[in-house]
Amino acid sequence: MFKNLCQKMFKRSLWVYHANSGGCNGCDIEVLNVLTPYYDAERFGIKLVGSPRHADVMLCQGPAMRSTALALKRAFDAMPAPKLVFAIGSCACGGGLWHDSYPVIGPVEKVIPVNYFVPGCPPRPEAILYGVAVALGVVDKKTAPVKFKQQEYPIPLYHPGDLRTQDEMIVYEKKEKL
Amino acid sequence: MSVLSKLKEALICLKAGRVTLPYPAQAQPVPPKFRGRPIFDAAKCIGCAGCANNCPAREILVIDLCQEIRILKYLGRRCAYCGRCADVCPEKAITMSHEFENATDNITDIGQTLELFMSTCQRCGRCFKEPSPLEQLKMKGYRFDDLKNDRWIFRSQAYLGDEPVVDDIKLEMD
Repeated sequence: MFKNLCQKMFKRSLWVYHANSGGCNGCDIEVLNVLTPYYDAERFGIKLVGSPRHADVMLCQGPAMRSTALALKRAFDAMPAPKLVFAIGSCACGGGLWHDSYPVIGPVEKVIPVNYFVPGCPPRPEAILYGVAVALGVVDKKTAPVKFKQQEYPIPLYHPGDLRTQDEMIVYEKKEKL
Repeated sequence: MSVLSKLKEALICLKAGRVTLPYPAQAQPVPPKFRGRPIFDAAKCIGCAGCANNCPAREILVIDLCQEIRILKYLGRRCAYCGRCADVCPEKAITMSHEFENATDNITDIGQTLELFMSTCQRCGRCFKEPSPLEQLKMKGYRFDDLKNDRWIFRSQAYLGDEPVVDDIKLEMD
């Protein structure tokens, strides 16, 4: 019963720790924008805290860098057990534009397990709020993988061996050959 | 004095009313020049891979399965929504949509895969030649990007092996 109560209350009071592991500060500004009265995230019980030991949710910005990966991992380990990790911005989701350079390890997924992804460079405050709403189950996610296939027939390949003369004309046969 | 200023402050707050946007319940319009997720149109795409060569994040992968079939895969995970692919596309097959609500729990949800039919030259059976010598060096007809590891590979590096490029760093985690 106490467990059920905890799970029910976890949804209504998410305390958020805000970790930047080498981003450009763009996503930080958008996250702080979410906490302003315009996009009031405290409607969902979200509160910004200063220590990972008090937090339920970790917002990761920036790629996992060589110098900060260890600190990120330690901050994740310091959080108490029912914990969520949000990767915010294209750096945290996929490594960013400099994903193949020397100090960048890659997405934060390589260091800590990530539950929700909010892509964008930077994501709009609405997009971050949408990600929170998806995590809380208020709205459904809109994206799905897309696969297209061009429906065309293969063109027959020209081959000189298929030419033959037929009463003063050159005729091309075997058109179905690929 | 302090009571008076407090009352004045309360009056200002009452005057402002409610400013919070009812966002997740009600859709929020974006500015008209907003660049969201790029949408690929397979019917218009000719498979020139100009978007893959121009992408600064190197996240549009091209692999030629055979002479006729080319797979163009947009990963979407490290896309900066710069719109360079839409600029360079000769057939206007890529449009920057207004979609920004792309939050998922699975990152492969934002990917798009196009399976394109490439016609061959009826005379020689090979692809056409690139205009400048540098481009000829870069692209010799085929591309073998690594779809499994999400890697972008030039023809010259295609025989290096399967080990990832980025993952060569060994971290000491305690």
